[in-house]
Formats: sequence, C-alpha cells, structure tokens
Amino acid sequence: MKGRYLASGVLLLALAWVAATLVPRGNSGAFDLAGFGRLPVLADGRIKPMDTIARTGLLMLQGRQRLATADGRAVTPEAWLLDLLYRPDVADAYRIFRIDNPDVLSLFGLGTGDSAGQVRFSFAQLQSGLAELERQAELADPVDAAARTAFQRAVVELREHVDYYSRLKYSLQTPDLADLAGDLGDPARLAADRPGFAAMEKFSPLRAVPPAPGAARPDEWETVGRSLLASFSTGAVDPTVGFYAALGRTWRAQLPDDFNTLVAADRAGLSARFSGALRRCAIESFFNGAEPFYTSLELYVAAFLLAVISWLKWPEELGRAAFRLMFLAFLLATTGILTRMWLEGRPPVTNLYSSALFIGWGAVALCLILERINRNAVASSAGSLIGFGTLVIAHNLSLSGDTLEMMRAVLDSNFWLSTHVVTVTTGYASTFLAGFLAIIYILRGVLTRTLDRATADSLARMVYGIVCFATLFSFVGTVLGGIWADQSWGRFWGWDPKENGALIIVIWNAVILHCRWGGMVRQRGLMCLAVFGNIVTAWSWFGTNMLGIGLHSYGFTNAAFQGLIAFVALQLAIIGLAALPRAKWRSAAAAGPA
Amino acid sequence: MPPARQNPLALFTSLRLTVVLLLLSIVLVFAATIDQVHLGVWGVQEKYFRSFFVFLKVPGTAFFFPVFPGGYLLGGVLIVNLIAAHIYRFRFSWKQSGIWLTHVGLILLLAGEGLSGMLQEDNQMRIDVGQTRRYSESFRENELAIIEITHPDYDQVVSIPTELLTGDNGLQHPLLPFVVKPVAYYPNATLLMHFQVPNAPPSLATAGEGDDIVVTPVPVTTKPDEVNAPTGYVQLVGPDGPLATVLVSALLSQPEAFTYQGRTWLFSLRAKRDYLPFAITLEKFTHDIYPGTDIPRDFASTIRLRSDDGRDDRVVRIFMNNPLRFGGRAFYQAGYANNDRTTVLQVVRNPSWRIPYVSCALILLGLVIQFGLHLFAFFRRRLRGSAGRPVPGGAAP
Repeated sequence: MKGRYLASGVLLLALAWVAATLVPRGNSGAFDLAGFGRLPVLADGRIKPMDTIARTGLLMLQGRQRLATADGRAVTPEAWLLDLLYRPDVADAYRIFRIDNPDVLSLFGLGTGDSAGQVRFSFAQLQSGLAELERQAELADPVDAAARTAFQRAVVELREHVDYYSRLKYSLQTPDLADLAGDLGDPARLAADRPGFAAMEKFSPLRAVPPAPGAARPDEWETVGRSLLASFSTGAVDPTVGFYAALGRTWRAQLPDDFNTLVAADRAGLSARFSGALRRCAIESFFNGAEPFYTSLELYVAAFLLAVISWLKWPEELGRAAFRLMFLAFLLATTGILTRMWLEGRPPVTNLYSSALFIGWGAVALCLILERINRNAVASSAGSLIGFGTLVIAHNLSLSGDTLEMMRAVLDSNFWLSTHVVTVTTGYASTFLAGFLAIIYILRGVLTRTLDRATADSLARMVYGIVCFATLFSFVGTVLGGIWADQSWGRFWGWDPKENGALIIVIWNAVILHCRWGGMVRQRGLMCLAVFGNIVTAWSWFGTNMLGIGLHSYGFTNAAFQGLIAFVALQLAIIGLAALPRAKWRSAAAAGPA
Repeated sequence: MPPARQNPLALFTSLRLTVVLLLLSIVLVFAATIDQVHLGVWGVQEKYFRSFFVFLKVPGTAFFFPVFPGGYLLGGVLIVNLIAAHIYRFRFSWKQSGIWLTHVGLILLLAGEGLSGMLQEDNQMRIDVGQTRRYSESFRENELAIIEITHPDYDQVVSIPTELLTGDNGLQHPLLPFVVKPVAYYPNATLLMHFQVPNAPPSLATAGEGDDIVVTPVPVTTKPDEVNAPTGYVQLVGPDGPLATVLVSALLSQPEAFTYQGRTWLFSLRAKRDYLPFAITLEKFTHDIYPGTDIPRDFASTIRLRSDDGRDDRVVRIFMNNPLRFGGRAFYQAGYANNDRTTVLQVVRNPSWRIPYVSCALILLGLVIQFGLHLFAFFRRRLRGSAGRPVPGGAAP
C-alpha cells in the first residue's frame, strides 16, 4: 500500500509541475509583451510570431533564451527584440554574443575577464573590432567549410551572427531614425528618410507587412522598407507600417497603455483576413513559452534516477514511480511533436532536429511497452536515458536557428517523409534502444551485484527482440528510401553517404541476428554487439552529415563532431568493460556460461 | 554446422562465412563512404562496388595492389553462400518460410544491383524554353562525331567511342574516304592559346585552328561538380598518305572542319548521345522559391512529347518527385540553368529497375513472417506463465 502512495505522490507532484509550465505566461510588467509576441511576421519562408523571432534569435546568438541586463534585471525575449528594433542603443549594451574562441576574442582586444567570467559580450563591446572581423571572415570564406580551422569557423559564425543582429535593426525602421511615426505625417522628412528605406528593404530579414486585400498571392508579405518605398508612388502608407511606427514611438517613450492599445487594435485588424495565421502564431508562441521538451527532459532525468535507485531499494514502488514519470514525459513530448506537426503541416521528421525528437520518442514508446511486459525498471531507465539524451541533442541542434524549416523542393513530399523518414528513424531509435539496454546489462553486471539470472535473461530477451524489430524497421525504412530515390531521381540505390549509413545499420543488425542464431555469441557477446550498434547508428545519424556531401547532407554541424567522437569512445570503453574476465564481474552469475 | 575441414563444401554453406561476408561488406561500405569526400560518388562506385577487388596504388609507383574484396566479389560470394546454405543446410518448413523468402529476396536484390551496375545508363537533357530535343547526353562518356555537312538537306554522322581513340589502330568506316588514326588522347585536358604559353612546343595539329592551341593534359576528375574535358589529335590518312592532323576536344565550342575531295566534315568530341524515338519540347519552366528566401519550393518543366510513330503527342509536367516514364526511360527534373530559361532533365535507362521492388517485397514479407512467429511464440509462452525462460531464438538452425 505504501508503494502505491509513493508512486502516486511522485506522479501528482510531477503533474502539478507540468500544469504550472502550461499556464500561459502573463506579462510581468505593464507592457503587453505576450500580445506583441503573438504578432505575425513572415521570415525564412513562413509566417511565424514575433516571439519565435525573438527566441530563435537569442538562441542563435547566445545559446540560450534567458537574458539579463548588466545589473541583473531579467529581459524577456520580446523586450529584447523590441529594444533591438526600436532602441538599438539599449539593445547594444546587452551581452548576447557568445564567443568561446579566445583567438576571436583577441580580435576585439577582449578577454574572458571582460565579461565578468562569462562568455557573452555586447554589440557595443564588439563594435570597434567589426572591421577586423569582416577581414578575417573574408580570409576564411574561400576555404571549404569542412576544411576550416576552429578559428576560421568561429570567425565565420560570429560574422553571421553580427550580420543577422545588424540586419534585424533594419526590420521596422532604420537604427538612427528618431521618430518614424512623426515623419510619416511630414512629406519633406519622409523624403529625407528615403535612402534609409532602401536599406531597410535590402537588409530586413522580417517581412512584417501583409499583402493588400485582394493580392494575387496571400504569402507575399513584404518588408516595411519596401512598403515605405512603394508609398512614395501610391501616396498612401500601409496601415501596418503606420502601426509599427506608432508602436516604436510608444516603446521608446515607454508608454505601456498606448503600446497595449496599439497591439490589441492591430491584432483585431488582422483577424478578419489572417485568422488562421493569427491562431497558429498564438499557439506557436504559447508552445515556445511552455517549452514542453524542456519539461520532458527534466522528467526523464527524474525517471532515470528513480529507475536506477529502484534496483537498490524499493524496486516495486520506485519502479512504478519511474514508469509513471517516463510516461508523463512521453505524453508531453508527444504533445510537443504533434504541435510542431500541426504548425508545419508535415510528418514528424523533417530535419535533423526533429529526427532527434522522434528517435527519443520512438525509443521511449518501445520502452513503455517493454516495461509493461517486464516490470523491472530496466526499460524505464534505458528509455528515460535515451529520451534525455536525444532532447539534449535536439537542444543543441536548435541553436542554429528556427527548427521549423521550409522543405526544399527535393524533399517536399509528405508521403515519403511520413513513410521513409519515419520508418528509418524508428529503425535508428530501436537500434539505439537495443544498445542502451545492453549498456545497462554490462554496467549492472560488471559494477554491481544487482544483475541476477532472471534480470539478465529478461534483458537478453529484450535486446534480442528489439534487434529483430530494428532489423525490420531499418530495412523497410532503407528500402522505402530507395523507392523514393527511384521515384524522384532515377536510381534505387546511389551509394549516397546517408543511404550507406542506413545500409550499415541493416547489415549490422543482420550480423547480430546471424551470430546469435549460429551460436557464435551468447548473452555477453550479444550485448557487446548491441553496444557497437550504438556506434553504427550514431555514425549513420550524424557522422554521414559531417562528410558534407550527398543529397542528405542537410545538417552539417561542427560541434557535434567532438560529441560523436566522445560517444564512440564511451561505447568502446563499455565493450572493453564487458570483455573483462567473468571473475571480475561483480554479478558473477549473470555473465553466464561461455 | 559441419566443420569446414571435413568437407570443402561446408565452407560455402557455413553461417560463419555469412557473418564474415557481412562484416567485410560493412567495412567496404564504410570505407567507400569516407572516400567519397575525395573521389565523388561515381569514382567510389567504380572503385569499391563495381569491381572485384579494391586496388590501392603503391605510393611513388604505378603499381596497384588488391587490398580488399570489391562489391562484385563480396556480393557474388554472398549469393553462393546463400544458395549453398539453402541447398545443403536448410530443409523447407513453414516455420522457416520467412527465412526462405528473405534470402530469396536478398539474392534477387544483390543480383539486381549487379545488373543495374552493368545495364543502367544515366544521361541528361538540357533544353531551353521553346527548344526541341531528340537525344540525351551522357554525363561521363564521350564520342568523336565526324559529321559530314556537305549535303544541304541532311548531315551524315559517324560516331567513334572515345575508348577507340586510345589505341594506335586506324579506324576505317565505309562512309569516310579516309582512315582516322589516333595520334594522342587525353581523358582530361585544358586548352590555352599559343600566345598565352609562348614557349610551348608546336601543336600536332596541321588543319583548322588547332595549330594555335596548346593542349595540357590534367588528371582525371571524379568530383561531382567537375567534368572531364577529353581532348586528342587524330590523323586523317588517305590512300596516298596522311592528309591532316586535327585537334578534337570537348572544350572547343566550334568543332574543327576539314575539306577533302569537295566534301566537308566537322570533328566534334562531345558527350555521347542517345537518340530517342521521340522528341521533347520544353514549353515552360517554373522555379518557385519560398517568399523571402532562396529555398526552392518547386521546379517544374512542362514539356510536349511527340513520338516518331505519331501515337503520342501530349503535354506532360515533370517536377520534383514526379518523373515521366516513357520509351523505356525515366525523365526526372534534375536542375535548371541559364536564369531559369533552361531545364536539366536526368534521363535514366535501366531495364532492371523493377527488380529491387520485387526483392524488397519478398524480404519484407519474409521478415514479417519470421519475426511475427518469434513474437507469437513469445506471447504464447508468456500466457502459459513461463516468461522466465531463456532467450527465444532457436528459429534458425
């Protein structure tokens, strides 16, 4: 009875916490920043809320969404964006450029000490060295992306960040304009601003002005600069341009009441023609604020800890609590994935980021089933570990920008994305799961006395079953990829790196099965092979993208390379551990005969 | 499994050989993937997969050593291993029908990939808006076309594959009043005008503009974004001795001309052509991007297809993921050029393109049966309440 209360108590606590994260965040100050965050704007080919612009901008520039002023006052993403758009001199003092490379810092005459022990610097701090940054970046430009040194990569990346930051300043007005709203009423002043409008048209990454009623294409939003230039010939200023100019005036003067009235009126004005876009933007900004994947990540950590502790103490109660937490985290991740699918109108996996989400999701789904069958917290621990790991990977992938990307024409096929990509990703997930279960077997067997005969056999059954499942899915996924390739560019198999990676996973799973069937390996050998499957899968998932070639090289990432090396080394170390003589295993019974 | 030393046949039937072959093929595929960075996808296919051995050049010499079994060898032995195992080791039973299906499918898949390697031809067609084309061009193979333009109404073409230009033998053809004798041939070369390289040796060419041009051979490239520019000299020999030596090169925009006995020929070294029994006219090309980005949303070619027998005359829209299959070939939207005024279609001819579909269906069915039986057995045991048994796995002998 006591156990039931423990597991239920843990679940209730977790539920309360999850519910707290889902409460829409109100405005902490007098400004309706949340309302501003829901305003739609077209960027990177899709209509998204200002909130997403602010958050992805912060993530890209400084690696996190949290921001504070030098005196420790918290700045919300929306407030940061508003400052950048309307009060660049204020924004330039925020320390938001993350620079890790000491050589790059020295370009600016800065050291890590200049940021109070932090790695983030303000635009004002960088300003004097920007010319030198540009010169260094131009030196690095001709070098192949894959062949650049760490310094060159850092320089090119920082130049990109500075460039994006500077271009954002041209989105709603030019940085040096004191009062666009006032100028709009005065033709002479407006004419004097004209060169600035041309710069805005050229630089602005945001297209904030919706097409006029009756326009041929409803997705042809334009930049404020372009709309302003057009107004010289039409003689009329677009209402949205007027709105953003007035909004700038209220933000600069810090007049919350006027600000809030304007935001509400603009949203009401848009609602007639853009109700769909407004609803999507509202949901997306709520989704951004709720951060379901982050909550889910923390729940996985808790579930993993409970599951591991359950092997030492209170196996029933803690095991059940771990299972429930994992299930809750899974539900949350499912909701998150579904929301992304709805926002994008796409199957779950469309890029490297979403593949990380989905691999974690699939592995946890399998673990929920396994745990129901075995009830020994083994699958719970493996599942929550994979869930956690894949969410960490996803977080790091999200640092390169908006994760809801538009699909290039060659990939633009919901049918194949939802069949080939989902199946092959399920294959990855299950191969990883087999490997992680095997890791649990090895670590528990070598390091603890908790791996008894029954647990060992149950683990072996799970690994074997999951390898069968993985073989089936990775094979089907690979074949579907072949069929897609044959349908879209005329060859079933082209030896493209990603195809080869998937093929190696299939062959590796076949090797495991044949070794097992031929009696070439027993339990311990099976576990070692399954752990090596982690290396094979990680290479296929990330390593092939690092080659930077082929039709699938959509997610080239540099920082991931070191992570991959470390992961491979860790797997090899675990295999080495498993190879210790049986006498050294603390759970001697489990290593089994032969 | 009988030990190998008792019966030499046992080696070919053994499961150990299967595992070894699978491991070797993993190494092969991995090495080939890494090597793509240097060799490009085509170079890798030739070196690793469409070969019996992978050769490595001994540094500093011209010797190549076989260092690893190639795709044909591994695939071939795997087929032998599978067939032998099924003849000598397996006995057919319903319980094993999944394995049988999987393996038959696998044999078919391997054989199909081998056939594709030998039979598949990849060509491309570049068509400007409004232009009509009746042939596709090879990506990598070239030919020397000797085009007689004497007649006002038609041209007469004699085409010589470039492989024949590497030999010493004179090439004779009933349509030509001279023998074509290869003098030099370079699979890849650059051309410069003589005044740019003043101290270069005199040109071998004696006719046309070729004596003003300096040919410099360069290494063959296999990179995906580069093309080779084959170049050579051919000597034209009449009954009374040499008539002229002509420069032929894929880099010449205007082919060299030669006149003899009142007849004129052009010597064009060009991408090998595959003439089609139909004509394709590009009516329209569209290229959509997502607003405010460079990300392509869609490319589409609207073409008119007219067959020579007059039975087909229709308008087809070829776009990403939607090819046209016609006349034993498949036409894919591959790219665009020339400010969206030119479409690039990839033309694939592969008589064995259906084999992978059949084999994959067999394998899929086999795997589902095999693992389905496992799962079924597992749950039946659980229902009987004996879940603590050892791993279920004895399905294969």
